[in-house]
Amino acid sequence: MIEAGRVLAAAAPVGLAPTRFAESIRRTREMVSSLLWGAASFALLLLCWQIVSGTVGGDLPTPLSTFRTLAEMLADPFNPDRNSLGIGIQLWESLQRVAIGFGLGTLIAIPLGVLMGSSEIANRLLNPISQILRPVSPLVWFPLALVAFKAVGGTATATFFTILITSLWPTVISTAFGVSSLPTDYRTVARVFQFSRDRYLLKILIPHSLPHILTGLRVSMGIAWLVIVATEMLSGGTGIGFFAWDSYNAGSYDKMVAAVVMIGVVGLLLDRCFDFALQRLKRG
Amino acid sequence: MTAYLKLDRLSKAFGKGAKRSLALNEVSLDIAKGEFIALIGHSGCGKSTVLNLVAGLETATSGEVLLDGRKVTAPGADRAMVFQNYSLLPWLTVKDNVFQAVDAVFGALRPKYWKQEATEYYLRMVNLWDHRDKYPSALSGGMRQRVSIARAFAVQPRVLLLDEPFGALDALTKGSLHEELLRMWSDEGKRTPQTILMVTHDLDEALYLSDRIVVMSNGPAATIREVLEVPIPRPRDKRRLMHDPVYLAIKERLLELLEEGHPTSASTSEAAA
Repeated sequence: MIEAGRVLAAAAPVGLAPTRFAESIRRTREMVSSLLWGAASFALLLLCWQIVSGTVGGDLPTPLSTFRTLAEMLADPFNPDRNSLGIGIQLWESLQRVAIGFGLGTLIAIPLGVLMGSSEIANRLLNPISQILRPVSPLVWFPLALVAFKAVGGTATATFFTILITSLWPTVISTAFGVSSLPTDYRTVARVFQFSRDRYLLKILIPHSLPHILTGLRVSMGIAWLVIVATEMLSGGTGIGFFAWDSYNAGSYDKMVAAVVMIGVVGLLLDRCFDFALQRLKRG
Repeated sequence: MTAYLKLDRLSKAFGKGAKRSLALNEVSLDIAKGEFIALIGHSGCGKSTVLNLVAGLETATSGEVLLDGRKVTAPGADRAMVFQNYSLLPWLTVKDNVFQAVDAVFGALRPKYWKQEATEYYLRMVNLWDHRDKYPSALSGGMRQRVSIARAFAVQPRVLLLDEPFGALDALTKGSLHEELLRMWSDEGKRTPQTILMVTHDLDEALYLSDRIVVMSNGPAATIREVLEVPIPRPRDKRRLMHDPVYLAIKERLLELLEEGHPTSASTSEAAA
């Protein structure tokens, strides 16, 4: 792998004027490099897994058997048969729930963050509330929500609420920080040059705060994905979290661990989306 | 003669109760239209406060600022400002930085093509039209300040306020920016010169650019110590100026005034920071 790196390094044009071609070569090198590191990291994980499952792991399936099961599941991902629902469908169910809960959360979190970041009164009033609600575990919110929303959609509503109330906070905090950290100089520019409120928001406040907001959204997304899996385990029905729990109860540990792998991969992909957006933003 | 810009017994105090301190004490000044005024003084003498009061960014504790007869109460593009830190919006291109200001000020009053042409006109004046699609981060300090100047001129203010605009720049860049500013000030003699109020630390800069130099006393409770005329005819030549007796005399007087107010002996406890 180190050899591969050296070959790539030799192939790269050195001392070339920063043409677009040189730029894309550099970016390709970076991508390949991070892929190789990712592969190495993954290999290390597999090694630890193999060791554990071979020694103290009890009935924990080995990486090999897990990937075999995973391959089987992925062969027919959209199987509609109730008893062996395709993993594609399960993931899709989970993603839909996350999308709704996260989406609603974002619609609340960003305005809330803007409010807290721009008004000292709002901040002092709402900050203590956020500090109290933030550390509450989703596993506790869920039954609370089930009781509260019994008449208003039951489990589904409770699920969305739980995702919302747990994943809100990073976005609220980051957005508030983005807004409050706007340098006075820019506000002075807006005052002197008579920027209307809309122009101020669109051309000054939001561009400044956007990286902060995206960072917050990224963390929030991670939490939302985590929470959906947990609530599905508690509520039953469909979804990847339910699938994992169900497999455990049925003794199909291969499927359980395969589900864990899928959860991890999807979580990673979701995170990468935000990372990509952030990189695009940074490049202007 | 009614002054175009009149500072009438401006006083400004900061803080409340026991911590209240008087920054400015009854500053009065009459500025004629088209005059280039330099404001000089030691740090902490309140010269930036004067500028902020004229800009409307702060309100006076007593006294008022009158522009063309009307009292100044809030910031506005009729008193556009060039800031010490350039204050360009980093996510907007050079062109957009100027255009957004023009658009904000002229909005529905002018059609889009007019605003775009105005943007181009002033960017060409500072020789940055070719860089219009660049972002501020790709420009040098001098270039950024030129964009800032273009932006301030582009909104066609009645008074242009400059807050130590060249303080962060090296001598060579400063020199060429002086030329550029003077050119824009009188649009090369084509129109009535812009009324300008500039705060600076640089005595030579003040002498080269301005018609009158206002020397502030030291803070706290600063006021105008003396106003010096600079009767050197324009266009002024920097090299010849160095030997001009009028120039040297005024400069000497300036140094005297500034030294007097800020003795180097350790006995004075009044010495402002």
